[in-house]
Amino acid sequence: MTNMNHLEQPNIANLPELRQIGKPLRRIDAMGKVTGATQYAADYVMPNMLHAKVLRAQHASAKIVRIDVSKARALPGVVCVLTAEDLPGDRVATDIPGVTGTSKRAGTDAPILAHDRVRFMGEALAVVAAEELALAEQALDLIEVVYEPYPAVYTPEEAMQPGAPIVTEPDNIVARWRILKGDADAAMRDADLIVEGTYKTQFIDHAYLEPEAGIAWVDEHDVLTIRVSTQVVEHFRSIAAALQLPQNKVHIMGTLVGGGFGGKEDITVELFIGLAALKTRRPVKLVYTREESILAHCKRHPFTITHKTGVTRSGRILASQVNLVADSGAYVYLSPYVLLYAASSAVGPYKINHVTINAYAVATNNTFTSAFRGFGAAQACVAYEQHMDEIARALNMSPREIRRLNYVQAGDTTPNGQAFRGAVWLEECANRAWDALGEPTPPPTPHVKIGRGLASYMQSYGRITWFHDTSQAWVGLEMDGSIVIRCGVPDIGGGQVNTLAQISAEVLGVPMERITVYSTDSALTPLAGTTTATRQMYMSGNATYQAAMAVRKTLAERASQHFECEPAEIDFADSTVFNKNDATQKMPLTQLIALCAAEGLPRANLSLFKAPFTEKLDPDNAQGDIWPDYTFGAQAVEVAVDMETGEVRVLKSAACHDVGRALNPAAVVGQIEGGAAQGLGYALLEDVQIVNGVTLTPSFAEYLLPTACDVPEVKTIILESGTGLGPFGAKGVGEPALTPMAPAIANAVTNAIGARVTQLPLTPERVLEAIERQHGSA
Amino acid sequence: MNPKLVTLSVNHRTHHVALNPNTTLLSALRDLGYTDVKSGCEKGDCGACTVLVNGIAVNACLQLAWLAEGQDILTVAGLGSSDQPHPLQTAFADFGAAQCGFCTPGMIMSAKALLDERPQPTEAEMRKALSGNLCRCTGYARIFEAIEHAAKQLNVDSRG
Repeated sequence: MTNMNHLEQPNIANLPELRQIGKPLRRIDAMGKVTGATQYAADYVMPNMLHAKVLRAQHASAKIVRIDVSKARALPGVVCVLTAEDLPGDRVATDIPGVTGTSKRAGTDAPILAHDRVRFMGEALAVVAAEELALAEQALDLIEVVYEPYPAVYTPEEAMQPGAPIVTEPDNIVARWRILKGDADAAMRDADLIVEGTYKTQFIDHAYLEPEAGIAWVDEHDVLTIRVSTQVVEHFRSIAAALQLPQNKVHIMGTLVGGGFGGKEDITVELFIGLAALKTRRPVKLVYTREESILAHCKRHPFTITHKTGVTRSGRILASQVNLVADSGAYVYLSPYVLLYAASSAVGPYKINHVTINAYAVATNNTFTSAFRGFGAAQACVAYEQHMDEIARALNMSPREIRRLNYVQAGDTTPNGQAFRGAVWLEECANRAWDALGEPTPPPTPHVKIGRGLASYMQSYGRITWFHDTSQAWVGLEMDGSIVIRCGVPDIGGGQVNTLAQISAEVLGVPMERITVYSTDSALTPLAGTTTATRQMYMSGNATYQAAMAVRKTLAERASQHFECEPAEIDFADSTVFNKNDATQKMPLTQLIALCAAEGLPRANLSLFKAPFTEKLDPDNAQGDIWPDYTFGAQAVEVAVDMETGEVRVLKSAACHDVGRALNPAAVVGQIEGGAAQGLGYALLEDVQIVNGVTLTPSFAEYLLPTACDVPEVKTIILESGTGLGPFGAKGVGEPALTPMAPAIANAVTNAIGARVTQLPLTPERVLEAIERQHGSA
Repeated sequence: MNPKLVTLSVNHRTHHVALNPNTTLLSALRDLGYTDVKSGCEKGDCGACTVLVNGIAVNACLQLAWLAEGQDILTVAGLGSSDQPHPLQTAFADFGAAQCGFCTPGMIMSAKALLDERPQPTEAEMRKALSGNLCRCTGYARIFEAIEHAAKQLNVDSRG
């Protein structure tokens, strides 16, 4: 059963005047962060605390003959050493937690600690807990592991060949999607021209400044309590399953997260410290080093994406065939879903009636891959937007014109047959971004060429609708007119918590500084779901809005009795309640609260917001709805390419996104600018080089991030169609902000040098090689 | 290794501590409770642990703690508090320069060292001064704006 009715009615508030929504208010978490008062997971210490370290595999593919921990156990100060033999259960569920309607192949979950075989270099083998960190480190060196080499495979292409070493039974293909719409083969025959291209993306690291960290202890009620930097407090369920504990005996206390970007979506340190705390009955702390973080947490999936597109001479796209192959690394984790995001956005925001998409995620002996801001849709955009420029080039048409001719419009459908229900302002976004680049920069020297590039995108916000997503929030007024919000949302830096405060401030007419938000606690705050999938403003924002509106309704009714007017005439602002139509009728909010309290009227509300629920896709052709809605936008850049060194500098960057409504424009601009900077790193610098299973970029000295010297002048243009499904008509922009930057840069480089580098990142070596190839052929 | 008695002066407080000779200033400060000094890489790549030692911005992870004996160490918590914030702290909060906030303490201390040296820095000077402080969230633009604003504020204040 499909229940999408309310999608056509965005949640636009019936509030007379917006006083706090839409203003760039200072975030409620800001002062704690700028004064250093904010406590992150690694900042907590406890009495009697032990320090943990994890032993990591030195081989990418090997059988484990023996692990001898006797010397480590004998080291004075070492309190426990755990291997797979000490575990109550051997696997951790790596599927998306806390949802219904998911399914994946049995037996593909990752081991907590490897016991018979290691599948990537850096896989966990043992956990040590000791009185001091140095002792734990020393103990790791005393553990003897005897490996026996096992055949390995390092590329998806090899892993798909018959006879390849098997990383995941039966054939290394851990996920597959096939999307069929119309008849692409037949439509291709009607085309005047067929344009083909293959585009490749690399492994990249989330590189949040805060490495993974947590501290676990068993409390006086025998509850395993884990204070951890995580995007997902609902992992308490999979932790309970892995440790064979009842779900109400695991309590996750999330912290403010020092950057997530998808990298703290899977379980990180929780099981290691949980196991050690259960074993020792002492608090156990574990903080990854930067090297451990890069080595052992998930990476963004590298993709190889091949497009074959049939077009008419006038530029209309008739048919598209796309093949996508993703490297899932050694374990499945979220690969099936990342692959679905990539596959269903593979042709981009373009109207194409005949589409065939085949997508595969393939296991290798590389570091496992999973969520990363953009979640497959970003990789798809790298390919489809470069390919649009190639189509334009083949037709001798401008990049803007080929896009304009083919953009989807409201009411058109995706390759899965899902209709775009809200505003689709693709052309407007592209024009605004492009125009914002202004006059072209003159080349500073003859050997520098200037180029410009554009990329449009569509990206979902909110989770896959057959996950049956919900969020809850509690909003209450205290007697002094201050507000408490309780909502399980983890704040990963995007202003997730502040958004809830700003919504409640608006609805109840209370200043921001009088609001306290309790968040990210699996036991003490109502569960709000994961901070992933650009869903919290949409989901928890709506839950908070509903809860605040319920409180407002009760208060307004009581106030209308008092003033002898209609409830609709009552309004709230500056901690005062008043009749909009009669300035003499007003009272302090505290007085109204006291009136309600005296009569036992509720001043608080717990609300659950439910996303649209759909059935799974048709298994034969993947037809069906997948997401609640989409965000659209465009990125334009100007680059300077040094034709002698191949160095690329981004000179100007302009982004234009329709965010529905900017609840806090400063937060929206922050997401867009930060996303663009990450996209710049993706395009030009970042590359986790894994060669024969060995990570050659173990730290920030080798893994290059954009610095203050690398980011260009930026222009951000926010459009507000008001048609989003979030509160006040807002759309999510957290992930979309990153998506179009890398292909825009790639297109600008091609525009400058007249040749295309089809593999990210666009390093000086690759750019020079393309220049030389171009000159050779010219 | 034998611990050595060291006197550290941090945010105008004095601490007498026994430290191994190889203890970094980062580790010593965090163990003393100065958890506002963040650890992001422990090898001088990210700048999250930036503090001022006698007014000079240093990566606390690259300095041995005992070498800081007798010197004035200033961390972001010593720069100001939510009651009495430094103009840089106010500007970072007002301009959205802190998102996840993990790089923020180090970023503010690098900015403080810059403005002490160059009260009206050019954009190029600002970019260079911050190039050792990685930020993964903001894209740096809000940070530049916050520093420019704080610089103006501080120049007004200093003219009285």
